[in-house]
Amino acid sequence: MSESPVIRVDHVWTRFGDKLIHRDITLQLDRGDILGIVGASGCGKTVLMREMIGLQLPSQGRVALLGQDLGQADDRTRRQLRNRCGVLFQGGALFSALTVYDNIAFPLRELRVLDEALIERLVAMKLAMVGLEPSSAALLPSELSGGMVKRVALARSLIMEPEVLFLDEPTSGLDPVLSEEFVNLLRELHQELGFTIVMVTHDLDTLGDLCTQVAVLADQQLVSMGTLEDAIRCQHPYAREFFHGHRARRILAVN
Amino acid sequence: MHFSKALQPPCLEVQAGGIQLLGHWNLRGVTQLPAGARDALQTQAATNIDQSWDLRRVAALDSAGAFLLWQAWGHRLPVQLHLKPEHESAFRRWQQRPLPPVPTGERESPPLPVRMVRLIEQLGGHLLELLQLLGQLVLDIGHLARHPRDIPWKEISATIHETGGRALGITALVGFLIGVVVSYLSSLQLQTLGAQIYIINILGLSIIRELGPLLAAILVAGRSGSAMTARIGVMRVTQELDAIAAMGISPSLRLLLPKVVALVVALPLLVVWTDVIALIGGAVSAKMELGIGYHQFFSKLPNAVPVSNLLIGLLKGVVFGLFIALVACHFGLRIQPNTESLGDETTNSVVVAITLVILIDAVFAILFRGVGIE
Repeated sequence: MSESPVIRVDHVWTRFGDKLIHRDITLQLDRGDILGIVGASGCGKTVLMREMIGLQLPSQGRVALLGQDLGQADDRTRRQLRNRCGVLFQGGALFSALTVYDNIAFPLRELRVLDEALIERLVAMKLAMVGLEPSSAALLPSELSGGMVKRVALARSLIMEPEVLFLDEPTSGLDPVLSEEFVNLLRELHQELGFTIVMVTHDLDTLGDLCTQVAVLADQQLVSMGTLEDAIRCQHPYAREFFHGHRARRILAVN
Repeated sequence: MHFSKALQPPCLEVQAGGIQLLGHWNLRGVTQLPAGARDALQTQAATNIDQSWDLRRVAALDSAGAFLLWQAWGHRLPVQLHLKPEHESAFRRWQQRPLPPVPTGERESPPLPVRMVRLIEQLGGHLLELLQLLGQLVLDIGHLARHPRDIPWKEISATIHETGGRALGITALVGFLIGVVVSYLSSLQLQTLGAQIYIINILGLSIIRELGPLLAAILVAGRSGSAMTARIGVMRVTQELDAIAAMGISPSLRLLLPKVVALVVALPLLVVWTDVIALIGGAVSAKMELGIGYHQFFSKLPNAVPVSNLLIGLLKGVVFGLFIALVACHFGLRIQPNTESLGDETTNSVVVAITLVILIDAVFAILFRGVGIE
């Protein structure tokens, strides 16, 4: 069986008005990989991720998700593709008017073919997977702590059994203990479910612990794409500062 | 795996050597099944649990597909089961964790008496909070009297422009039309009595004393009241109020007081404006229907309508403005960080403000029943 890459970004340029965000970015990602995108604030990491999901089209170049070109796909195909992806937004993006249970069950109910008993079991499974008590299902998003919001959002993004999981700053806003717990949780789920992960992160710990691939964005370009060691060897000033700063050396030395 | 491979609904083949599973036994595959087919599959699985099961040729298997089988097998695995190694975990998860039922989060509504008591408590709570707001306002004004440098002139003038200046168009349009309508209806009645000249008394009294203030207040409550509530609510949700407080600046002084002061100033002015435009509308209609000239209309007006009516109208404007702003701020501060609450409280703010305006108007009618009417 031939294995085509899960995500292929092909010579992508992005402009907002006169502002150039991405200059000729090319990368590809195979099944089961965990890609960490790093870069300075405002350098277009999240934009690149949105282009991979097809929420935004690049000004130039092609993005293929699960073997299909997003620029040429019609609305129906694009929706079906997104159905096979899970997205964890930075703030969780939980529906504030719905309970935790309804939030997680929402994508399942949208299918309109599953009965409530089956939905209940699947939600219970996902809640247990992300390490939440069943009793928290009745809570509203405003009643949750930051760590719980992330877990619920993760459960919601996993409910459709995605083949690709997109995470926007998964550990931001969590304390180090929670953040490590969350990274462990992601690693376990990745081993168990075997999905591909794309994440935007600033967190060196997360990069070192989890990512098999690291992409460094700087000066609108992809300055390094490869393993963490490749990124550390990269000579670009931003990459040097990022991976060889005081904090970075301390963290990487421990690892 | 080929991504272009078409999705095959899950199927089950009973063969001589045992059971063979084919297709996509995952969530997407399961949803492809026509109605009833899932039950049929499960029944088949349940009756054949003693057979040998071969799951090695399925295209995909996830926890949803595994659950369907697990459920059909009566929460145990068949003795003879052949699996791809990567699919073992899907079953292991259901095996390991007997999952307790999950509360679906539907909150029961309490019995009627309890709800009624709560309603009364809520009403009491609202009144108390309004009173507190009013008290805070008095304290703020006291503070400003001692520290005139702290008066937020800029905010006040911006709010006057927003609530007054930008409402001139809509109040003029509505006022003019109401003037025309009232004048037209009254002139028909007066003509039958031969008392055409009294159109000036009727229009003057009703517009200056009642309709002008009421129209202006209702329009402002709908226009600016809702905007104030939503603005304060979003500021609360995004912690902007906390940020102001954390800088050592009083949010009530900076946000609530300017709104109240601005409406107290702007609404009486709008009342005058609405009165004038409505009277012009009435005069136009009177001229066309009854042939009363504009000069005659406006020169008779001061005799027909004592000046105390204008003062009552202005006073109403001040009180309406005060309460519209207070109610808007009160509901704005109650907004919870969710989308539903934002909509609910904004609706509440407008409904309560308009009801309160009409209520206060009735109180005015009783209090001033002997004033300005011969």
